Amino acid sequence: MTSARDEILARIRAATADLPADPVEIPRSYLPHAPGIELHDREAVLALFAERLEEYGATVHRAGTADLASALAAALPAGRVVVPEGFPAAWLREWTGEAVPDHPPLPHAELDSLDAVLTTCAAGVADSGTLVLDAGPGQGRRAATLLPDLHVCVVRATQVVSSIPEVMARLDPRRPLTWISGPSATADIEMIRVPGVHGPRRLTVLLVADSS
Amino acid sequence: MSRTFVGWPAFPEAAVAATSDEQLRANVTRATGTIRAKRARLVAERPDWEDLRDSAAALKNDVLAHLDSYLLQVEQKVTAAGGAVHWARDAAEANRIVTDLVRATGEREIVKVKSMLTEEIGLDNALEEVGISARETDLAAAIVQLGDDLPSHVVVPALHRNRAEIRDIFVREMGRHGRPAPEGLTDDPPQLAEAARLHMREKFLKAKVAVSGANFLVAETGTAVVVESEGNGRMCLTLADTLISLVGIEKIVPRWQDLEVFLQLLARNATGERMAPYTTTWTGVIPGDGPQTFHLVLVDNGRTRALADEVGRQALRCIRCGACMNICPVYERTGGQAYGSVYPGPIGAILNPLLKGPDDPQTASLPYASSLCGACNDVCPVRIRFTDVLLELRHQVAEGDAKVKHPAEKAALRAVGAVMDHPAAWNAAVRAAGKAGPLVPKNRLPGPLGGWTDSRRTPDIPKESFRAWWKRTEGGSR
Repeated sequence: MTSARDEILARIRAATADLPADPVEIPRSYLPHAPGIELHDREAVLALFAERLEEYGATVHRAGTADLASALAAALPAGRVVVPEGFPAAWLREWTGEAVPDHPPLPHAELDSLDAVLTTCAAGVADSGTLVLDAGPGQGRRAATLLPDLHVCVVRATQVVSSIPEVMARLDPRRPLTWISGPSATADIEMIRVPGVHGPRRLTVLLVADSS
Repeated sequence: MSRTFVGWPAFPEAAVAATSDEQLRANVTRATGTIRAKRARLVAERPDWEDLRDSAAALKNDVLAHLDSYLLQVEQKVTAAGGAVHWARDAAEANRIVTDLVRATGEREIVKVKSMLTEEIGLDNALEEVGISARETDLAAAIVQLGDDLPSHVVVPALHRNRAEIRDIFVREMGRHGRPAPEGLTDDPPQLAEAARLHMREKFLKAKVAVSGANFLVAETGTAVVVESEGNGRMCLTLADTLISLVGIEKIVPRWQDLEVFLQLLARNATGERMAPYTTTWTGVIPGDGPQTFHLVLVDNGRTRALADEVGRQALRCIRCGACMNICPVYERTGGQAYGSVYPGPIGAILNPLLKGPDDPQTASLPYASSLCGACNDVCPVRIRFTDVLLELRHQVAEGDAKVKHPAEKAALRAVGAVMDHPAAWNAAVRAAGKAGPLVPKNRLPGPLGGWTDSRRTPDIPKESFRAWWKRTEGGSR
């Protein structure tokens, strides 16, 4: 008896017998960078990143490395916040809440009861207002950034690129990736955008300048 | 058991009912008008929009031309990353594979991420038959499921419902399937979304098994991609112990880098956003993060049939953005359910006959459910030439070996065939036609032929046949 796999492959080969065997040539004349942004204009890239995130209802604060700790203390709630392994402890020195480690992994119900999650990220994309998390140091596993109602994310300015084509090469597809463009939202009721359905209802981004 | 489109009337009949439903027309018109405006604004933002479409169409053509090797690549990469790959020839086989996998876990209630493919194969009903309840978690899909309704759009399946109808469904049904709707629920959209959040959260936290589809599957790496807005996708894809993803074999993109093309096209064209709030990508099993058992089910279910159609195969480039239905003047007046399929609108009008063959009256009616205005060609991110495929499929229905023809046309062809086989009968018929000519009404033919004269005048029938003229004039010499 032929397996489903062999039969499907045989059907495909029969169905495409009339097509040339050579690879199809792929035109790639789309923009590698965000439209309207000069390649080396870092300030324009960062401004666009903040603008696009805010358009989707995220809160964006900009800070220097020197005032990051106080900016974080202002952005975080006073309660219990899950902080993944690898998140720089020094950044939390001015915050007075309780940092809850996710090691060993917290049960889902416990994550659900926390006030916020605090992470770093792998990259930011200005054009689409996107944060990409890859479960690297300071980012934790995917469930941790999903269940608490507030996600606070620290993004270093060097991590922000202007466009999606630019970010692809920075990411490792073998890692679990979560691309976040503003907080959870739906438009399923009369096409009216309602923020916050199942994922975090609030997203706060701290964009940290690279200098100093 | 959930409702299905089985036994649905052919498009002209279903459209009569839909167009006379004023509430439905108002809901659909408002929704499509809103999305169209948002999309137009966001597409205008990209000076390279046409270039992105060129790349996307070429990438998908490459996938279709070498689908066998790309699928084998996916199988190898997913297996190497700790996933299990299954192949399903048709809906029954796909449903059997998933049912067996879920039964093996011992779970009786599972959660689902909205997936057109699982709708297409009727997975929820197949699971229910063996006592497994599969709960939809996307807000629109849940509205359809709770209301025992049918989807009407690929991106916004409940777009035919307004807020008052949604509120009534929530109040009536939520309690029967878990946490009831909050007391005093109004039809305010944020309140409705909150009710869904509370109802679903309970399910996410206890679900051990999740079923999803995928928007893309990267051949080079074996990476699956789900694009969504609400976070219900992330919940299912990361909180369950076992994840079963059903993916149509055409969903492949060749390389990781190629996602840059499709991620820039999809949300912008589908909902008028630069990116949907959440995109999740994963490759096999990731130790310590998310489901520790991953099954990928690769489903044919007519896709190889469509692939064999030289004109129609371009329909398999579709990335299910729904823009063709949002722009379609026919869809705007009938809504999606008139198409009798989970794929409505222009893509449904071509995809259904391609997948199933135009052998039943409902499917065969779909290529005619179009004014051929070509607006769908213009908005398609992968440059499907809908009008070319519609015309080719009409040709196949009318002239090909499709088992279905228009009943009057079929009866007429049968009668003409019988008469033409007998020269004496033919001559008599032609003479009779000449005599009857003046009696044939010019503006409207009677009975089943009436449809033909709705937009045409009946041609004059000559008093004398060509044969009679030839004989009388000795070949025109007299």
